[in-house]
Parts: sequence; structure tokens; C-alpha cells
Amino acid sequence: MTAFNPQLDQQGRLKHFLSTEGLNRQILSTILDYAESFAGVGDRAVKKVPLLRGKTVVNLFFEPSTRTRTTFELAAKRLSADVLNINIAASAANKGETLQDTLHTLEAMHCDMFVVRHGNSGAAHFIASQVAENIHVINAGDGSHAHPTQAMLDMFTIRRHKPDFAPLRVAIVGDIAHSRVARSEIHALNVLGVSDIRVIAPKTLLPKNIENLGVRVFHDLAEGLQDVDVITMLRLQRERIKNAVLPSEHEYFSCFGLTEKRLGVAKPDVIVMHPGPINRGIEIDSQVADGERSVILQQVSHGIAIRMAVMAMVMGSAPSEKPGEKAGGG
Amino acid sequence: MKSDLDRYLEDHDRHDPLFVGIHTGGVWIAQRLHRMYGSDSPLGKLNIAFYRDDFSRVGLHPRVTPSNLPFDIADRHVILIDDVLYTGRTVRAAMNELFDYGRLASICLAVLVDRSGRELPVQADVVGKSLNLDANEHIKLTGPEPLALEMTTTE
Repeated sequence: MTAFNPQLDQQGRLKHFLSTEGLNRQILSTILDYAESFAGVGDRAVKKVPLLRGKTVVNLFFEPSTRTRTTFELAAKRLSADVLNINIAASAANKGETLQDTLHTLEAMHCDMFVVRHGNSGAAHFIASQVAENIHVINAGDGSHAHPTQAMLDMFTIRRHKPDFAPLRVAIVGDIAHSRVARSEIHALNVLGVSDIRVIAPKTLLPKNIENLGVRVFHDLAEGLQDVDVITMLRLQRERIKNAVLPSEHEYFSCFGLTEKRLGVAKPDVIVMHPGPINRGIEIDSQVADGERSVILQQVSHGIAIRMAVMAMVMGSAPSEKPGEKAGGG
Repeated sequence: MKSDLDRYLEDHDRHDPLFVGIHTGGVWIAQRLHRMYGSDSPLGKLNIAFYRDDFSRVGLHPRVTPSNLPFDIADRHVILIDDVLYTGRTVRAAMNELFDYGRLASICLAVLVDRSGRELPVQADVVGKSLNLDANEHIKLTGPEPLALEMTTTE
């Protein structure tokens, strides 16, 4: 028996998508396979399929976000769902409404799915535990805990370039301690069987015991990037410098900034990813960000396909009247 | 089936058609016809999983090979090919999907087996074989090599 996982229904299907942690390889691979099918929809005359027609998706963003929110919105619309964007900063929460009351109000409007971005770790899990049985929750980033759709679109981007995960060397560079992307990515890479996962960061930006997640730790960029196939650069939040975790932007760039020259020790066909938004000249040089090894803009397009796949999967686990009814031969 | 299709295309004055098979059995039949005609256009493959009417009941179908129509469909004649025409729901979904690729000139539906049990007003233009079957009798194409029809009966 597998341990209880709040993301799965009784038949082991994905009901909520809250974290890449605790999901098996089959589920993650299925997400990638569906995304491959949905990726073609954007190339057609009509960029829509009718799968979620009549369903309502609520983007519940307690933290500002542009690319994540817009790609979720686009993904929902390409599945023919109706989308509500709720900017909590300008909503009833400001008037003193509790989170539970906000959720119940939205439930009363017959919404089917909440896409949640929140500054506190665990917020999406909490919301998933509060909502009615027929509502699905997707985590669009909670505190420094998880950002599972970002991790999956990164996996999709890797697989498009390097189809076999097992022999890959993958480096994640930057503010690991505060990064939900790093955490979700490490779990996903482990589940998909990547043999060499590295994190590269100054000591002040590494959480304690990170080795327990199955990664190798480097404090020197040149050493860590040796022969890697994939590099993920993380955004450096400026408040880290204000909080005196780092001496200066300039010094960070000179030690951990990715330049064309530093890329030289990696494999010749290395791909460079970044979840965005990028700080040019702080964690990554413009020459690299716009260079031929960069797949940063592909990541954005892939984000739509991944989010379509996840939304379709969680919605597809809805209570079924007659499962397995007439499978084929229509 | 080939000669019936010849006659149909001739009678309806449909030249240079595109061949589109519905996954999985329909693609196998379409491959054969496409080869017989020696068509210059590539073969189209349609996966109607995202257009099925039973999504809210059974969810996504497990294996979704992407649809692949590597041509511009606008103003073209299309031969839509499936293995078994039964309820008509698959063809309904396939036609909806085809229209999302562009406004085509016409669709001709060609099926290997036309069996009884229609639930929608859909009929084939070209039929390999018509069979009168009860609801508990099932027919399935197995393949791709060799292609064979398999009959089963459920209680």
C-alpha cells in the first residue's frame, strides 16, 4: 500500500496537483505525455479543444504573477473553460473576509477548479483540505515550498531536448533556500530517474541538509557545471541582498552569474533554463539568456501545454457515474 | 472498398482528396488506402480523445497519441476513415475536430465495418462490410500486421 497522498483520489488518479513530491513516475510521465498532445493545439486554426467546456476555473492569486497567471488563463481557455481572475489584493480579503469565507463564496458560484498562488508555504494544501469534494486545486506556487507546474514544464523542456532522463547531469544554480521551483524540480528529477542532480549556491542560500533530497552540493560554479546537460538558473530576489545574506549584486554575478565563458565547462549541447522573470546581469548574462543554448522562451510555451495537461487530468478524475462504460468502437 | 471509394470520388467529382484516419484502427485502414492511391499528400491521423463526449464520465483516455494533420485542410476534400462505425459518436467528435483545423470543402466517411447500433444521425459514404449485430456482440480490428477482425460476445 502506498502512503496517503492528498493529491490522489481513491483510484490513485490525480485529483489535486499540489506538489511533485510523493507522486510516482507513471503520473509524472503521463503529465508529460498529455502535454505533448496538447502542445499541437496552439498550432491549429482554432486553438481550442472542447474538453472543459462549461467548467469554471478560478485563478486565485494572493501574490503577484504575470507569466504563471496568464499561462494558466490561456491553458484554461484553450480547454474551453471559463476563467475568473481574482486579484486578492484588491478583493474582499482586504475588507477582512477570511480565506474560508472567500472559498465558500466562490464554491457557491459553482466554480470547479482553483488555481492558487500564495506567499505562505502549504497554502494550496490547506485550500485543498477545505474545499468541497467536487472541486480541484492546482498549486501555482506556495511560499518557498512548491511550484509543481513550473517543475513539470521544465521536465517537459528537458525531455524535448534530451529524451532519456536517466544519464543526465542537471545543475540548479542560485537561491535554493527560498526557491519553490528548486524544490519541486529536485523531486521531479528524482522521480524521473535523473542520476546526477547538483545544486550550486553560496552557503547562505542553501537550506540545511539539502543533501537528503538526493542532490550533490557545490559552492563553486565552474566545478558544479562540469559536463552538465541541463542548467536551471534561479532568480535572485533583491531582498536577499537587503537582508545581508549576500554582499552585493555585483559580487553575486562575479561568483554565480552564468556567462558564455563559464558555460564552456558544460556539455556542448547543454540547455539553459530559467523560470523567469530574469535579472540580466545578476544571475545570468544577456549573452547567455538570448544565446543559442537558452530555452527560456520555449519554457513559456511549454508552460501552456503542461497546464492544459494538468487541468485536464485533475478534471478527468471527477466523480464518474459509470466508469469504464463502452470504451471504444463508437 | 477501394472500388466503392473510386466510384464515390468519381460520382462526386472529388479530386486529390486528403486521407485522414481515426486512431487507432482507422489509421491502419487509412494507411492501406493511402498506399493504394499513391497520394502525394501525407496521411493525416486524428485522435479524438479531446473531443469525446464521455470526458466528464470517464476522464481522459490513457494513451493519447497526438493528432497529426501535416497539411492545410482549408478548401480540401477529406476522406475520413475509421475501422468500425457503431454509435456514431466517434465520427461526431472527429468532424468537430477536423473543423478546428480549418474550413474544409467536404468530408467523405469511409469505414471498414458498418454495424448496427447507431445513436446519432451519422452514415458512411463508403462501407467495406455491413453487419447486423446485437448490442452484446462486439467487433474489433486488430493490427497493424496482419489486419484482422475479431468478434466477441458479452453476457
